[in-house]
Amino acid sequence: MPIVEIENLTKDFAVGFWKKRPVRALDRLNLQVNEGETFGFLGPNGAGKSTTIKLLMSLLRPTSGAARILGKPVSSTAMHQEIGYLPENPYFYDYLTPVELLTYAGKLFGLDGDELRKRTKSLIDDVGLGHAANRQLRKFSKGMVQRVGLAQALINEPKIVFLDEPMSGLDPLGRMDVRRIILSLKARGVTVFFSSHILPDVEAICDRVAILNKGQLQEAGKLADILKVGVTGHEIIVAGGGGDVTDELRGICEEVHLMDDRLHLRVKDKERMERALRFVFDRKLGLISVNPIRPSLEEHFQSMVSAAPDGARPAAAEARN
Amino acid sequence: MHRILAIAGNTFRETVRDKILYNLILFALVMIFSALALGQLSLGNDNKVIVDLGLGAISIFGTMIAIFIGIGLVYKEIEKRTVYALLAKPVRRSELVVGKYLGLVFTLLVNLAVMTVGLELALWYTGGADPMSYLRVLAVVALTFLSLCLVTALALFFSTFSTPALSALFTLFLWIIGHFGNDLRNFGELTKSEAMQWLCRILYYVIPNFSNFQILDWRYVLQPSSENTWTIPYAQTVDPGMVAGVVFYCIVYVALALSLGIAIFRSRDFK
Repeated sequence: MPIVEIENLTKDFAVGFWKKRPVRALDRLNLQVNEGETFGFLGPNGAGKSTTIKLLMSLLRPTSGAARILGKPVSSTAMHQEIGYLPENPYFYDYLTPVELLTYAGKLFGLDGDELRKRTKSLIDDVGLGHAANRQLRKFSKGMVQRVGLAQALINEPKIVFLDEPMSGLDPLGRMDVRRIILSLKARGVTVFFSSHILPDVEAICDRVAILNKGQLQEAGKLADILKVGVTGHEIIVAGGGGDVTDELRGICEEVHLMDDRLHLRVKDKERMERALRFVFDRKLGLISVNPIRPSLEEHFQSMVSAAPDGARPAAAEARN
Repeated sequence: MHRILAIAGNTFRETVRDKILYNLILFALVMIFSALALGQLSLGNDNKVIVDLGLGAISIFGTMIAIFIGIGLVYKEIEKRTVYALLAKPVRRSELVVGKYLGLVFTLLVNLAVMTVGLELALWYTGGADPMSYLRVLAVVALTFLSLCLVTALALFFSTFSTPALSALFTLFLWIIGHFGNDLRNFGELTKSEAMQWLCRILYYVIPNFSNFQILDWRYVLQPSSENTWTIPYAQTVDPGMVAGVVFYCIVYVALALSLGIAIFRSRDFK
């Protein structure tokens, strides 16, 4: 069942000082997100990801088109009772402590008393800020603010959370924590809609993705379908080598690189792989690993983004087409 | 309602943790207590100096707090992007504006209480004031409080669409010319140009009339008690009808300023 329905959503911004002209930030976006799925919203900077999320949060008014969350229009206050949102590069009241911020957020959802205290404490522990629960946010690092932001987005136990670039500004440990939190939300049946340009994170946790570029949807679907998971070759890593061994391997493999006493070999087809492996065994070289090569989301993303036409199209030009 | 109260509570916390507030209160208290020294130079009129200066300090510093904190209330939420996470919650934009307003009004109430206690202490220290004077000080401060409610509403209204510097300028400008509202009307009546008459009439009704809140001053506070034989020839009395009119005027004007502010805030896109 779709939990987020976006139909022909379009947003123009007026730019220019005297002579304002509209520039299209989002162009007739159609998208559905199903209940319980983790949905990755991908695109380079300026693609329209944050604009889409802000339209869904009712922070921006659409130029045309409509969106519904949980079957209700995005302007419905009641619908906002059921959702959570972490803005991009979030900033919260720096005179508050995490406990105060979460208590304030909870009160806006009508929570109070023991229940609110319990949720506040458990969320602060979950995001790893137990040691700084009563420290003012002005003394927090960017990563810590991001964690508080995640906690405040979950205070109402939402059915769906919108996370705008939740991994940005986090160190590897922090990114792993966010990943863990998203996976635990998924396990509890919470729908997660998150935008990112850090592709390995998306690859690791998303059921479906949509790729946006210059305000237009390029592709949406299951990761496996988008990547058309096929092995495009193999990478063989061998210990030792050098000299004539390297030269001979160059005759068999498409690519041969010597790095720190290790040979990295790349072969495209099965026949060459078998020949290369036979050579390795015959010469008694130490085989370290054999891995299939498949296009990463990153490569797919790059080829798609670079293939898209240049420049955001002015709305007026769009209207003429 | 719980959301408005939560926002008001947070705004109160925000203002209480703002250093500008303490600087202004400290200044006001220094002014009030320096009136003690000035009073001694005034040959028997020390109570007059203390009450006059004290009430003036409360009004001016209260207005400064209302303007300088009021102009940043909504603007800061937008500029620092705290408004994003807030409006994604089940909070109406009108609730945000009203909550912010009530939070600052509550801060002003607490500040006025602190400054009034300072004034009462100074009055008590010099002695010689009629016991009723202490209560009459409260009546004058209550009118000042109403005027601050109006200043806050204006500052908040401007802060929904303009920068703090401009909002401060607009609010200060309205506050100053608002004290000359009656003069503006009189000027309009005296001028021969019909266009000017209309302009003055429109301005008289559009610009908040702050002189309405100054119907009482030190002459009211220090008026003689009935059993006292000496009198101050120009003692003031309270006309309940007039006070009710001022309260009504304040409520209508605040409601108008907030409604306009809400309408502007509702139409805004948060990029």
